[in-house]
Amino acid sequence: MLDKLDIQIREAKEHAVIETTGYLNDALGEQLAEKAQALIQDGCTQLVINLEKTTLINSIGISILIEIIEALTEREGTLNFCGLSATQERTFRMMAIAKYAGIFPDEESAIANL
Amino acid sequence: MSNEHKVLLTIPMYPDMELAAAKTGSVLAELKDFNEEAVEEIQLAIIETCINASEHSQSEDKEVHIQFLVTDDRLEVKITDRGVGITADTLDGTRLLGRPTVHTDLRKRGRGLQIIRALMDEVVIESSPNGTTVSFTKKKTPP
Repeated sequence: MLDKLDIQIREAKEHAVIETTGYLNDALGEQLAEKAQALIQDGCTQLVINLEKTTLINSIGISILIEIIEALTEREGTLNFCGLSATQERTFRMMAIAKYAGIFPDEESAIANL
Repeated sequence: MSNEHKVLLTIPMYPDMELAAAKTGSVLAELKDFNEEAVEEIQLAIIETCINASEHSQSEDKEVHIQFLVTDDRLEVKITDRGVGITADTLDGTRLLGRPTVHTDLRKRGRGLQIIRALMDEVVIESSPNGTTVSFTKKKTPP
């Protein structure tokens, strides 16, 4: 269950994809926030976060995702998620994340809908 | 093999120790063939309860005590800390719900309770100045 924590970034001309691996808690969440904020500061405001390799997300991790949404909202950016499990998607909808960010089954559709 | 299994676990309030409790819950649920989604929901409820205990209980012994009871059709989890208890407005959710914007509604960590209530079939919270016990049950859905 304690997967290695990792964050991969794939940047394209007009968007970036951030892929996380491991338990999305405060530790991985802070790394994720740091990388997302760096992209946003550099002017990249079209982001996809791929959670396919993140099997568990706790409420602190969700708080950090909301902070990223807020940072993008301030710059009129867009954030789409993909690779969520059924439980993760249900939790995101319950936490109102789906009101402020898109949820898509795969990376391709998440990018296409930025 | 008996149809009922009881497991007692005590974890210290260290970072990521909630995963040990979640893993125990998932093993017991898988033993009784709970589906994958139910196992993930159980893990998340255990994680959120243990994090709440670690972050908010102010427990002097810095321990979380977990009792698992699994039968053929349900998993019951009871998570106890010996902290200072939680307040009524947190218990009834008035601090957690109904906020209008992303800027204010979801930042508080107490939202873990909201997740637990949504994912589990039964949730009971008992709290006093001597500690808090959160009990929840997940019923197995027929295949």
